[in-house]
Amino acid sequence: MKQFLLSTICIVCLFSFSEGQSEKYVKAMEQRIADMNKSSTPESWLETANGFERIAEAEKTQWLAYYYAAYSHIMRGYMLSNGKQGQDFSALTDPEADKAEALLAKAEALKKDNSEIMILKKMIATLRLSADPMNRWQTQLPIATEAMNAAKKLDPGNPRITLLEGQDKFFTPEEYGGNKAEGKQLLEEAVKKLEAQKPASSIDPAWGLSQAKYFLSQMNK
Amino acid sequence: MVKWMLLVACLFAGSAYAQVGISGKVLDNKKRPLKGVSITIKDSYDGATTDSAGHFSFTTTEKDSQLLVISIIGYTTLEQTIFIGSVKLELTLQMKEEISELKAVVITAGTFEASDRKKTTVLDPIDIVTTASGNGDVTGALKTLPGAQQVGEKEGLFVRGGTAAETKTFIDGTLVNNFFYSSVPNISQRGRFSPFIFKGTVFSTGGYSALYGQALSSALILESIDLPEQTSADLSVSVIGVGGGYQHLAKNKKSSFGLSYNYTDLRLAFAVIKQQQDFQKVPIYHTGDANFRIKTSKTGMIKYYGYFSSNQLGYFVNSIDTLGYLNGFGLKNFNMYHNLSWKENLGRKWKMNVGMSYTNNKDNIETALYNEGKQEVLLQGLEFKNFQVEQKGNYFNSKLVLERRYGRLNMIRFGSEYNFSQDFTDYTAYNNQKYKQTIKENISAFFAETDLYITNNLAAKIGGRLEHSAFFDQTNVAPRISLAYKTGKSSQASLAYGVFYQNPETRYLPGSGILDFSRATHYIAQYQKTGNGQTFRTEIFYKQYHNLVKTVSNGSTQVALNNNGFGDAKGIEFFWRDKKTIKDLDYWISYSYLDTKRDYLNYPMAIQPDFATNHTASVVVKKFVQKWKTGFNAAYNFATGRPYFLIQNDPGSGKPEFKDQGKTPMYNNVSMSVNYIPSIGKQNAKTFVVYVLSVSNIFNIRQVYGYQYSYNGYRKEPIVPPSRMFVYIGAFFSFGVDRTEDAINNNL
Repeated sequence: MKQFLLSTICIVCLFSFSEGQSEKYVKAMEQRIADMNKSSTPESWLETANGFERIAEAEKTQWLAYYYAAYSHIMRGYMLSNGKQGQDFSALTDPEADKAEALLAKAEALKKDNSEIMILKKMIATLRLSADPMNRWQTQLPIATEAMNAAKKLDPGNPRITLLEGQDKFFTPEEYGGNKAEGKQLLEEAVKKLEAQKPASSIDPAWGLSQAKYFLSQMNK
Repeated sequence: MVKWMLLVACLFAGSAYAQVGISGKVLDNKKRPLKGVSITIKDSYDGATTDSAGHFSFTTTEKDSQLLVISIIGYTTLEQTIFIGSVKLELTLQMKEEISELKAVVITAGTFEASDRKKTTVLDPIDIVTTASGNGDVTGALKTLPGAQQVGEKEGLFVRGGTAAETKTFIDGTLVNNFFYSSVPNISQRGRFSPFIFKGTVFSTGGYSALYGQALSSALILESIDLPEQTSADLSVSVIGVGGGYQHLAKNKKSSFGLSYNYTDLRLAFAVIKQQQDFQKVPIYHTGDANFRIKTSKTGMIKYYGYFSSNQLGYFVNSIDTLGYLNGFGLKNFNMYHNLSWKENLGRKWKMNVGMSYTNNKDNIETALYNEGKQEVLLQGLEFKNFQVEQKGNYFNSKLVLERRYGRLNMIRFGSEYNFSQDFTDYTAYNNQKYKQTIKENISAFFAETDLYITNNLAAKIGGRLEHSAFFDQTNVAPRISLAYKTGKSSQASLAYGVFYQNPETRYLPGSGILDFSRATHYIAQYQKTGNGQTFRTEIFYKQYHNLVKTVSNGSTQVALNNNGFGDAKGIEFFWRDKKTIKDLDYWISYSYLDTKRDYLNYPMAIQPDFATNHTASVVVKKFVQKWKTGFNAAYNFATGRPYFLIQNDPGSGKPEFKDQGKTPMYNNVSMSVNYIPSIGKQNAKTFVVYVLSVSNIFNIRQVYGYQYSYNGYRKEPIVPPSRMFVYIGAFFSFGVDRTEDAINNNL
């Protein structure tokens, strides 16, 4: 009997908690997130993206893996556009936006009405918009605004909303509704919120602090 | 002991296997290393991404036969079975570039596209309305592109030695009749439709697809907008009229409807800007439109657009035929246009596009001689100057296109088109004698074409069209072929060949003999380089005309005699657009050289026609000053002189001959426009406003389009625009209804 029990436990071990999150999954994700937090080049963001996608496609039921894969492609897009402001860089960033959108759709199918997913939707629209603002603001701006509003509705306290709002306020030219002082204030608020945030688990979205601090450091220069 | 062992086995399950290393290199089809490729053992976490030398290396605990997945954006995903034993695996993998819309060459010979489809599109949709010399007209901006002539006395696009009638316009796939307002002697008329109802414009100056027919020279293919982004109301106020509209987007964002009405009244403008003509009835236009759009599936949509317009005008000019008298011209027009289209994905590989359009047009024209006291008079020998004519047209066009995708981008498209037209003319001479005639025509067409992507670098479009005309009882077969080859990362070369048929124009019918289609054969070679905000494009072309209509004079009108006319056109064109070199400044330069001759209508021999010149050039400049939220646009159009001539029948031989000939002076026009958009870029903006100021011919340069002759040929007068300069001031307001609601809901 005891042997039977033990064997049962073993089988449970071997089949790795097919429901919920297995230890292996959590560990792998933790490792990937640690790597992600060190990413600083388009290449490293792609490596991160591929890593998350691997986990996502092996698990198939974990929205977070798709979420992070999408996030990594978005960040790769931003990295690729660095220094190209004022040019049409859509050929470079649209494929990343497309890929991120496809991955995010899979995340959304697993996790409906999630504030974090809405935030990525907003970021994808912003990435598309920035590639060719003159021709795209009419189509992309409403998508970005709508996603942002949805994110707020679902979780008003999400610190990443404050981060993106601060970023938008700070980097948008004043004549288009930007405001440096307000932007800085929002980013400072975002830092406070990000420092105080309590993610539901070790692998739930918690990113943003280093970005907020980086933007603030750039401003104080 | 057993228990303990089992427990250990448990704990180490999944990680107790020996790790095996897998490494290797990934190459592209040209054996160059590929970086950023993801290597994954399917359904496991194990894998790696290749470095800049294409190398990868990782370890795995997976065993035995496994599927290795190799993927990267832009390449076909590779799956390879590997066997993992205890030895390190070393692999060399080669990937094939995916034929993808993003990378594949695009067939562009003869085509200018303004759409959001990027890559090879030369124009942005917004260019249609921000080109200074365009005057907010759909075809205005297109006249700054190579291939189009600067003809100012008549409406329409005169392309590569072709007449305006050789250009046909299509909205959502179906033919549009009466695209422009009804002709008025020597005054070019605007297009009927607002440029804001279109999201895509394709202007083909030759070699176009087999889907389109009955156009010897050019096709203007317009695609109407889809669902609006939000419910909104708009209002426009300008020196020439007022307008308003409402667009409603359903809550579920799956359907919309809209209505708009415009009233145009040129009294104010004409009071300030003196016109050549003495208008006793200043042009007044009532136009209204209605639309609905229903999303039937993820990609399917039904669209309806309906339009009506009623306008009238009347003026006097000094009679060229008899001194001291006036020539009066009056026009009343009613026009109605309906377009219904449905596009749908039928299963995974099939697509359907079906559309139909109906036009009803009625013109009432009155012309007569008047004395100085503006009383109608009948002068002996000039009785033919007094007449009335009523023209009624009923036009129906329908088209079905089925498209099947095969392979990655390859496509086969086929379908049919049916066109019905009925033109009724009721002519009343000075003595109340009536002449009535009706011309009915049915054209059926079948077409098929395929888009073939041999590689990302080489593509072909091969098609054909079969047409039958019931009126002429003639059938034609028109082959069309285009090729495109990518010569570099951002450059490509294209070739196009095609045969095009068109009916003789209804105005010359019924003819006095057996008539056939007119025919044009196009040969086009193009080189285009795009990238980094710059576009360079050059095209050479040769066009042969066969079976053009020859006419004989039947009193005061020309009637088709036979198809013995012919002609050709050849030329070279350049286009350069640069958004990069000067910061925030966008400009383009286009130049066309055209050498054309034709023998048609009553021409005594093949000559350069009066609508064609040898050199045409345009410079268009746009600058948007973000700080002021203001766009400044300027355009300069230049054309060398066009020939003019008087052809009369020799009294002796009865054959037509030149009585007078000459060339107009060069044409120069500088236009400017300023758009002030205070709400641009504002998020959650409730009102969106655009203020427009535009001035055509700001330097007040004298422009002569041609010469007209008195009936006896003794006198000639230059044809000049109604006013040298025109000033337009207007404001457009758009009130977003939905967004406001959203904002309120979110703040509650």
